[in-house]
Amino acid sequence: MTLSTLEIWIVILALGAGTFLIRFSFLGLGDSAHWPPVILRLLRYTPVAVIPGLVAPLVLWPAATDGVPDLPRLAAAAATLAAGLWLRSPIWAILAGAAVLTVLLRIEAVV
Amino acid sequence: MSDRATRQAFRRGVRDGAPFLLVVAPFGLVFGVIGVEAGLGLAEVMGFSIFVIAGASQLAAVQLMAEGAPVAVVLATALAINLRMAMYSAALAPHLGSVPLGRRSVMAYFLVDQTFAASALEFERRPEMTAPEKAAYFLGVVAPVCLPWYGATLAGALLGGGLPPGWGLDFAVPITFLAVVTPMLRTPAHVAAAVVSAVGAVVLWALPWNLGLLVSALAAMATGALVEVASERRGAA
Repeated sequence: MTLSTLEIWIVILALGAGTFLIRFSFLGLGDSAHWPPVILRLLRYTPVAVIPGLVAPLVLWPAATDGVPDLPRLAAAAATLAAGLWLRSPIWAILAGAAVLTVLLRIEAVV
Repeated sequence: MSDRATRQAFRRGVRDGAPFLLVVAPFGLVFGVIGVEAGLGLAEVMGFSIFVIAGASQLAAVQLMAEGAPVAVVLATALAINLRMAMYSAALAPHLGSVPLGRRSVMAYFLVDQTFAASALEFERRPEMTAPEKAAYFLGVVAPVCLPWYGATLAGALLGGGLPPGWGLDFAVPITFLAVVTPMLRTPAHVAAAVVSAVGAVVLWALPWNLGLLVSALAAMATGALVEVASERRGAA
């Protein structure tokens, strides 16, 4: 962690305050709150617009291997994706990814 | 409005929220472990889960902080993940807007994916509920969803330092993110947005301060909205 304790708390408190304001926005305005539909349409895609972009470089270039693409981690990501799409359940997706990663890392350690 | 109906609404909320425990508890545990492994202290890990109470953005913030991103980039990326909650707030405002401001503020704090999903479904199913009953239902869902979040984070943070290295714990963040996001890929518009986001972030990886992620996220949001409009037109034609 390269940030100082002060900077870490700035992140925590600013992220907390910003997130609260996002949640409070329309509820705070009461039942008369209306925004243009185009804004709501864009907001609908924020998680799927941010999270894949965050994950893709972590999967391709893992920090643990100094950025060298790595078979166990690629396979674990694929297993998570497949289980998430197939079973539509985050828990089973995590378990599938963790199982594949654990098994392949054990094999790699032995070989 | 009767007190009895309000209490029943609260109990229905507790019952409908209980299954989410299976998602919230492991996620809180993962965040606690990851936070400590990234070098945060116990108070800082708990600070995240108490002040922010939004797991995906907390994980993103910790990941970027560990990579050495500047504070402004950490905040912009993590807040972008939480922008969806403005949509939740807009969807619930017609139902809960007449509730007193103090209570609305409390509900805003607890407005997470699960409390929104359960409430939106219930309010659609039972339009005859009064606003105070709807508020009671919402707070009922909060009990099994949000309160265990703190405990699970604490358990993960206490456990964190004790886990052996070499178990691929570094990869818990991408796996958790993938697991959270894939069930959201319900429509072609969501899939298109996710593809633009992932490809864009990889192609623009060399940009400083993770700006490539923010640029591809904006492009991905626009893509999702455009594909949605296009498929609606096709459906209407």
